[in-house]
Amino acid sequence: MPILEVENLSISFNQYTSSFKQNNIQVISSLNVSLEEGEILAVVGASGSGKSLLAHAILGILPDNATISGTIYYNGEVLTASKQASLRGKEVAFIPQSTNYLDPLMRVGNQVRTSVKTGDATAAQRAVFKRLHLQPTVENMYPFQLSGGMARRTLLSTAIVSDAKVIIADEPTPGLDPVVMKEALNNFREFADNGCAVMLITHDIESALTIADKIAVFYAGTTVEVAPVEDFTGDGEALRHPYSKALWRALPQNDFIPIPGSQPHPSALPTGCLFAPRCKEAILECGKKQPEMRNLRNGMVRCIHAT
Amino acid sequence: MQLEAKNIGFRYDNGPWLFQNTNLTVEPGEIVGLTGPSGRGKTTLCRILSGYEKPLEGNVTIGGLPISSKGVHPVQLVFQHPEKAVNPRWKMEKVLSEGGKLDEELFDLLGIEQEWLTRWPNELSGGELQRFCVARALGPSTRFLIADEMTTMLDAITQAQIWQAVLEMATKREMGIIVVSHEAKLVGRLCDRVVKF
Repeated sequence: MPILEVENLSISFNQYTSSFKQNNIQVISSLNVSLEEGEILAVVGASGSGKSLLAHAILGILPDNATISGTIYYNGEVLTASKQASLRGKEVAFIPQSTNYLDPLMRVGNQVRTSVKTGDATAAQRAVFKRLHLQPTVENMYPFQLSGGMARRTLLSTAIVSDAKVIIADEPTPGLDPVVMKEALNNFREFADNGCAVMLITHDIESALTIADKIAVFYAGTTVEVAPVEDFTGDGEALRHPYSKALWRALPQNDFIPIPGSQPHPSALPTGCLFAPRCKEAILECGKKQPEMRNLRNGMVRCIHAT
Repeated sequence: MQLEAKNIGFRYDNGPWLFQNTNLTVEPGEIVGLTGPSGRGKTTLCRILSGYEKPLEGNVTIGGLPISSKGVHPVQLVFQHPEKAVNPRWKMEKVLSEGGKLDEELFDLLGIEQEWLTRWPNELSGGELQRFCVARALGPSTRFLIADEMTTMLDAITQAQIWQAVLEMATKREMGIIVVSHEAKLVGRLCDRVVKF
């Protein structure tokens, strides 16, 4: 049984277009994803595809003008707002995308120690700093004294020292040099191997492939494919969705050839398959209605052509 | 008309020297990678080459002559975060007009849609905004382009789209490019030679 399951999640935002006019923009539509214990799920996709919003929805920290439908299950039970509040920071740890999430008025060593729930907090904090190559003097610094990479490592530390069962990491690696990046990624792998579940949100497919078990590909606010990492190989012939294939082939180590066009804006989503306007295989039927997510070859896909 | 930095030295205020006696030459049409750990001064060197900072030692020349401080700078820099490089209170049309009169061909090449011109910067995604920043930097008088982690925040398809457009323009105009990136595979794909900083 998955520890975390997101079923048919949709999120829309109410926005004022002028003083008295509001409109509703759908940013995530019928999204399905599940996370198993002992597993790392990488979520990849373009910016604006709804990756961070999914994380915020799971934690219950979306802004007030967001409307949510669909269900999130945690350990088989429906995840309600009060449950979210009691779990986050404890069983569910979050590594936010922006380093602005650190408390600007608290020494970073102390911030990390507050996440330690059992045992010697100071020792745990020092051990994790050492592991991530942070000098002992860093613990007495304030966030404004840190470089981008140091702040990023502090955020990682707070999750590493916690006893969380689920870690949701939103773009945890930009700005890290290759040595520290590897250490951070290894840490996630260890977590998973100890029975935790990790959701790694990233646009860096290459580093995701080195540690993840499964990859969920997002496009325009929904999942188009969930595939085991082994399928990301060669020309991408093992992949299921045309967008995943295009993404894979556009990498500099592969063909480096892009498909034309760009992801539709949430206010102008096509009626049928969200990828149809850019898809070479699109037929009339693709433009009619959004295909359902279906199981295919040990993965999932949202495309009527996929075999 | 090669771009040459000779014996460049720089430090902020009275801090330690970030670098000294640094030399770099880029020929027209050449693509040079610049890599190295963060904090070494790669971005500062780029800012010096493109005229945002003055070197404390040494000088920067194009074709052996110092660069005029008047008019459009022939070396243009594209930054990592496009949302920090455009005026949030200007519509995209006005943002683009900063680059002077631009080639219509550029818009097609970069996939900039007409409809985006009337939007505000916060109504575009990072990838869409970066296309504008690239277009703005590719005015008719640009001889060298510096891409400082230009596509680090973008997905692979958008990254490839922008680079293919830039490469095509570079070949056509015989423009030199400096690529700053941590991504070894991208640098390997794009560059004629790589300088470790």
